[in-house]
Amino acid sequence: MKQYETVIGLEVHVELATKTKIFCSCPTEFGGAPNSHTCPVCTGMPGSLPVLNKKVVEYAVAVGLATNCSITQNCKFDRKNYFYPDNPQNYQISQLYYPICRNGGIEITTENGITKTIGIHEIHMEEDAGKLVHDEWGESSLVDFNRSGVPLIEIVSEPDMRSAEEVIAYLDKLRLIIQYLGASDCKLQEGSMRADVNLSIREAGTEEFGTRTEMKNLNSFKAIARAIEAEKERQIDIIESGGKVVQETRRWDDNKEYSYAMRSKEDAQDYRYFPEPDLVPVIISDSWLEEIKLSQPEFRDEKLKRYKEEYKIPDYDAQIITGNKHLADIFEAATAICNNPKKVSNWLMVETMRLMKENDMEPEQLKFSPENLAKLVNLAESRVINSQTAKEVFEKVFSDDIDPEKYVEENGLKTVSDDGALREIVQKVIEENPQPVEDYHNGKKKAMGFLVGQIMKEMKGKADPAMANNILKELL
Amino acid sequence: MSLMNLTAVGLGKKIQNKEVSAPEAAKAALDAIKAKEAEINSFVTVDSEGALKRAEEVQKLIDKGKLAGPLAGVPVAVKDNMCTKGLLTTCSSKILGNYIPMFTADAVLNLEKAGAVIIGKTNMDEFAMGSTTETSAFGPTKNPWDTGHVPGGSSGGSCAAVAAEECLYALGSDTGGSIRQPSSFCGVTGIKPTYGTVSRYGLIAYGSSLDQIGPVAKDVTDCATILEVISSYDQKDSTSVKRDNYNFTSALEDNVKGMKIGIPADYFGEGLDREVKEAVLNAAKELEKKGAVIEEFNLSLVDYAIPAYYIIACAEASSNLARFDGVKYGYRTEDYNGLHNMYKKTRSEGFGAEVKRRIMLGSFVLSSGYYDAYYIKALKTKALIKKAFDKAFNKYDVILGPAAPQTAPALGESLSDPLKMYLGDIYTISANLAGLPGITVPCGISSKRLPIGLQLLGNCFEEKNIIRAAYAFEQTREYAHSPLA
Amino acid sequence: MANIISDETIEYVGILAKLELDSEEKEQAKKDMGRMLDYIDKLNELDTDGIEPMSHIFPVDNVFREDEVCNGDGREITLANAPERKEDSFVVPKTIVG
Repeated sequence: MKQYETVIGLEVHVELATKTKIFCSCPTEFGGAPNSHTCPVCTGMPGSLPVLNKKVVEYAVAVGLATNCSITQNCKFDRKNYFYPDNPQNYQISQLYYPICRNGGIEITTENGITKTIGIHEIHMEEDAGKLVHDEWGESSLVDFNRSGVPLIEIVSEPDMRSAEEVIAYLDKLRLIIQYLGASDCKLQEGSMRADVNLSIREAGTEEFGTRTEMKNLNSFKAIARAIEAEKERQIDIIESGGKVVQETRRWDDNKEYSYAMRSKEDAQDYRYFPEPDLVPVIISDSWLEEIKLSQPEFRDEKLKRYKEEYKIPDYDAQIITGNKHLADIFEAATAICNNPKKVSNWLMVETMRLMKENDMEPEQLKFSPENLAKLVNLAESRVINSQTAKEVFEKVFSDDIDPEKYVEENGLKTVSDDGALREIVQKVIEENPQPVEDYHNGKKKAMGFLVGQIMKEMKGKADPAMANNILKELL
Repeated sequence: MSLMNLTAVGLGKKIQNKEVSAPEAAKAALDAIKAKEAEINSFVTVDSEGALKRAEEVQKLIDKGKLAGPLAGVPVAVKDNMCTKGLLTTCSSKILGNYIPMFTADAVLNLEKAGAVIIGKTNMDEFAMGSTTETSAFGPTKNPWDTGHVPGGSSGGSCAAVAAEECLYALGSDTGGSIRQPSSFCGVTGIKPTYGTVSRYGLIAYGSSLDQIGPVAKDVTDCATILEVISSYDQKDSTSVKRDNYNFTSALEDNVKGMKIGIPADYFGEGLDREVKEAVLNAAKELEKKGAVIEEFNLSLVDYAIPAYYIIACAEASSNLARFDGVKYGYRTEDYNGLHNMYKKTRSEGFGAEVKRRIMLGSFVLSSGYYDAYYIKALKTKALIKKAFDKAFNKYDVILGPAAPQTAPALGESLSDPLKMYLGDIYTISANLAGLPGITVPCGISSKRLPIGLQLLGNCFEEKNIIRAAYAFEQTREYAHSPLA
Repeated sequence: MANIISDETIEYVGILAKLELDSEEKEQAKKDMGRMLDYIDKLNELDTDGIEPMSHIFPVDNVFREDEVCNGDGREITLANAPERKEDSFVVPKTIVG
């Protein structure tokens, strides 16, 4: 069999983190009854007109700058015409002729340590569609326009990727950049980041591109990897058996690990783009551009350096924490409160990672507040609770974001530092365990451990071990 | 003399002076409608109840001294492509035959603030596509001068209602001449303002880059007054233009001394009716007598405006009208088999022939492989036409010509040959392409007793020039009431 | 007539525009469109090389909204004219097969 090379380009849709939709003042927040976040504009009522959300432009430019694009300082919107019930006007306002960003690229490093640049052809602004819910038994679908008009940027890469690994590395890098910008939370599962894969194959060593297909409905990195593998195999099979790949859009079914062509004779895929007459051009002046540049946040590489220098966090830990914006945000916010970067880092690196692994969670899904983590660090550091209790309390913080101070108070978990109470217990333990006491006096240091254990047991774990030790020694 | 013979401003004064009450005025209009509608059919919807109720409210505000504008309490008719909250808005189409908007167009809101009493929604060519008001799904409107003739279009209902004195004034919309041409055919006055002057929010779009709302009334004073009220910068309309001032009535002066008026020779060539030509040139002479400087010149590119217009307007329309699909509002076909069949049947049954013709053409010129040859070519032509006008307005304050090559055609005459109907827009269309303001004022009556209109075009944002010229000319003749008035 | 519109073209435009024409309407549409395109071809007489296509008449730009939520629950406004409604959603024929 011949050797084939896979050529992959991505179209990544990212939902921007604006409060309102791109062309109207409806909220973008998730949830709410169907069609509750709608108005005449985002439902295509006759006579309604769009007005552009300024923040969308700023986010798009910020992403463009962070991905080394040149910014189109005179950019325009176009209409993309196609009929579908989730598209209330039956056209989508998008950008074809003058997209806001062009000719960029980002550097990726794959797990094998290979570094390469993936080109970005363009980034354009557009509106999201509504949601269709299919009635499983009936003959109808339900339309909800709450998502209609939510701002998106579409990041179109060059066909520079050659493997699923590179694709994942590219997406990871893109996600990190955008999360750092605060332009989106980039959650694949929730659809705030979506990737369509354009894939073709060619004989290894040839220059010419093969016919490509576009794969949609990829909801996780795993699905993307599986879809790439399957589509590569499918295309090779076609070519090996003397057939030709058809340029088409395919839908991936991750349960069946199978894709099918979406084309029907009613979809001509002729979008009849033309300049949107209801919106005026967006002129991005040098000074506006400069303003956006200046407000770019600290990106990962800078953060990494700072964590190591300023906070003295080990490289490995700093890599992990800065590897996710949400994690880095928690770290910084908690550190700002308790002023104990090392301990905060420890809690994140050890207990947080352990619990995330146990619960099969992504860092984005962490829901505890930095305030509560900082409180926990303080409680543990000031020995208000002992380390065992601290771990238990953290589990509560992790799962329910409880206030550790209140929780410790309400559940009586404070270490007993009342000398009298502890002294009484120690005395009791000494009286009840004559043999270990004798062993201790005979120089068996192990007996000490046993006695402390007994004290802790009596105290239901709430004793300060150091204090118990001291009193024990004294009374013995 | 009936209340309905008055001008809008004339009636408004009587209302302010408590000679007439707003409810009396509304009742007079509703009575006139009752008496004449069977013959004219200028309305799709008459809101008797709402109008009377509103008139009472307005009268109370006037009595309390809270409302004192020139239009307070004066009955108005609104073209049926402007959304009116709670009141049927159909665009004279079956596809919107049951559509009740949940908001009101900005221009209409401005009228309401000024105390206007909306008596109903006027008939029009379906989605404003047509020049005769015959493409309405609710039957043609007849010309009040001769009911065997069309009133023009697409704002034919608005113009006929004013001419027949079923209302004191009306709002129309103008995409390629849809205010100016029917004003001419009905012997009334209408203004298409500079693009961006009146908000398009709530105007159901035909050609978004060309559409403008404007007034239709008996005289220039009314039109300037109404325009002043409906114009505003609107943040909901991104193409709305913030203008320095909107005091159009300040231009109501009988003074054209030294005003430079250009007459494009290319507007007086083949195809122009002899009587129309004479009446228009006579009007020029009247203005000359008053001290205007009249000069003939070549505008150029006149023949290219229509093809460029139809490409742009139909392309935009094919997209603007895509939303009418039986999903969210309006008509949905009874029986269908699946989604695409529902779309196709709904739209095929819901739209009339002319609308379908334009949607098809618009879809075609935008389709893959044709975009550059048609759409881009049209946008380049538009740029050239704009340039030609810029050049002309370097020299002239006003361009004077006919509004239409002929007087109103007989009913049915235009429908058989769409292209011929399109050619009738030759004098009005370029103003929309170039964004210019234009006004039509009556300037004569043909031997067949049909009105002839004079069109004055001004440079962008120079409405005052055309208002002044039109006002000065208007002083030279009496307003001719239509036989059905 | 210089522009001959084929059956395929009319069929294709019908798919784009979501219009279904009966055979008589199709014939008429072919004729109408052909004639209109012949007329439109007049533009080819015009030399437009180097001319910038003009979509907006005025150099108005940067019309923005601030990112502030102003709209409340829009359900009733949105659904008021629904041809078919189920609770708070529009109902359409099923969009996926199977």
